[in-house]
Amino acid sequence: MHADPKGVLTGVHFIDGDHAACEGALAAGCRFVAGYPITPSTEIVERFAARIPKVGGVFIQMEDELAASIAIQGAAWGGKKVMNVTSGPGLSLMMEHLGYAFITETPCVWIDVQRCGPSTGVPTGPAQHDMMQVKWGSHGDFQIIALCPNSPQECFDLTVRAFNLTETWRVPVFLMMDEVVGHMTERVDIPRPEDIEVVERKWTNKRPGEYQVYGTTPEDLVPEMTKAGDGHRIHVTGLTHNEKGYPDMSVPNQERMLGRLIGKIQQNADQLVDVREDRTEDADVVVVSYGITSRVAMAAIEQARAKGVKVGSARLVIAWPFPAKRMQELARTAKVFVVPEMNMGQMVQEVERAVAGVAKVVSVPHAGGSVHDVETILSAIMEASR
Amino acid sequence: MTLLMDPSSEELEYGMDNPVLPFLRKDRIPHIWCPGCGIGTSLNSFCRALADSGMDMDQIAIVSGIGCTGRTAGYLNLDSFHTTHGRAIPFATGLKLANPNLKVVVYSGDGDLTAIGGNHFMHAARRNMDLMVVCVNNFTYGMTGGQVAPTTPLGPTQTTMPYGNFENGFNLPFLADACGAVYVARWTVYHVRQLAKAMKEGLQKKGFVFIEVMAPCPTLYSRRNRLGDGVDQVKYYKERSQIKNGAETKDVGLTFQGDIVVGKFVDRERPTWLDSMNEHFGKVLGDKFQTYGG
Repeated sequence: MHADPKGVLTGVHFIDGDHAACEGALAAGCRFVAGYPITPSTEIVERFAARIPKVGGVFIQMEDELAASIAIQGAAWGGKKVMNVTSGPGLSLMMEHLGYAFITETPCVWIDVQRCGPSTGVPTGPAQHDMMQVKWGSHGDFQIIALCPNSPQECFDLTVRAFNLTETWRVPVFLMMDEVVGHMTERVDIPRPEDIEVVERKWTNKRPGEYQVYGTTPEDLVPEMTKAGDGHRIHVTGLTHNEKGYPDMSVPNQERMLGRLIGKIQQNADQLVDVREDRTEDADVVVVSYGITSRVAMAAIEQARAKGVKVGSARLVIAWPFPAKRMQELARTAKVFVVPEMNMGQMVQEVERAVAGVAKVVSVPHAGGSVHDVETILSAIMEASR
Repeated sequence: MTLLMDPSSEELEYGMDNPVLPFLRKDRIPHIWCPGCGIGTSLNSFCRALADSGMDMDQIAIVSGIGCTGRTAGYLNLDSFHTTHGRAIPFATGLKLANPNLKVVVYSGDGDLTAIGGNHFMHAARRNMDLMVVCVNNFTYGMTGGQVAPTTPLGPTQTTMPYGNFENGFNLPFLADACGAVYVARWTVYHVRQLAKAMKEGLQKKGFVFIEVMAPCPTLYSRRNRLGDGVDQVKYYKERSQIKNGAETKDVGLTFQGDIVVGKFVDRERPTWLDSMNEHFGKVLGDKFQTYGG
């Protein structure tokens, strides 16, 4: 189906990534945000607070991040499309509720505008410090989907996609921005509502008594959903549960439930991965990057190509699930992978795991606070090509 | 008690005219609560309030946190949500705001609602979020084995207060009143009829409703402090309770096995968060704003 025109600000805009992400959420049908302010994500909720009364939804500034991250889940079970917006330290506080969203299969989008850590770090400086926090931060085994925009335009486009993914798969979906992407201002084209594809929640048609809140088939691992008030008398719990949603903490059921929850992402990883490649066909060196770093990397790749180095770019538009299979395919022809990141080396470990023993992997870390110098990545490429 | 274990003998078990039967998930029985625990008694009162209210049960949702009382949601035949420790109120806030037609009840324990959840409790009352909050207060952390709670009076021992509690406990009605709750009452599980009546009033009241229910925890609190079993605690409630409707909430603090003031302390009107939002946006945005959830 298509976007509700009420939320779509069709036209050409000159706005920053935070504002573009907000517009993406509204276009995707998000009508409930519970927020707690934190730099550099705050502009998203500020814009949402200004826009939502005219669009027919609710914004509430909660008392803390824990409240915000669970209030959205209550609203999701009340029938709304919902979003959670924060940055590193706030995300740390929300981690238990990331697990709750996963085990209860609550559709929700989480925007993390990353800043430097650890702890308060550099609140106003860009970083890509949370790539592993979103993957591993909550206790237990869980799976998320994470998208990495590198421009305000992509902040719009990928936010719409994040909503569609969370409604499709019923796992928390992250938009991993950083301070630069959040605050840089560029042209953003917002399409007409009829040109924006929006995925509707998979509402059940079953009657009360027939419907099981977590009933699935082996072919379709994602259950149909209902909402409070529809007469199904559902039970939702963070405990290990059976198809009825009732607690069943037996060992076989723990294995069955967690197996399905993990499986619905792992088994479908191939259709989820999104790697944008440029000149990787003949590349000896492949630069793997994501987010704002990919734009700096592209400048370095151009300069290295000009010097005759066969170098290509593989940009992770979707970082989680990690495109391990594609990395393995690239490793058949490329000799070296260069991985610049605004952290001390996080996703580089995934590249290493994927291509272990086949190709060399070089990390180009950056502690954050600014983006990489082009020269730093260029010299890493030149060194790797020797 | 053995009959309760056999779901096939439903008629014998409950009696077909048992008024609370329609409100329970029979397939979840037996429950996990200990003999003599007061949570089940409070739940019985709640079911009677549901029956007496005449409300559409499809339009009532229940949200619990973690702990013994947190399991309440699982036993009620309503849309029910067993959430995370301390966060039942913000979950319920989201649920209510997403679907304002729902009556959302938060039903949890003293530790859950007023220790880890204390911040949410204060702010929901301040905002006058339209929620009914039932706090089963047994003065202890039951599920984790009897540790000190923010409601534990001065004196009794707890596993983390092995020489007796020296921390001042919350006077919860005073806290709720000060934060802006529109309805505040306290009853014990001896006062089952008054409790059911308060819960019925709470269900029909708009705004932040707070009902404290004093309940025994014989397994941990009573045993550790040599207070006898559940019946002994109910006897204590009977003997030492004084009904004082309209009492000043600052005067209703609890002491170890001391006098208990029960009653309806606060019943007032204040615009809810949603009413305030609708009124304010209607005023400042005019035609650009469409009343939400109206």
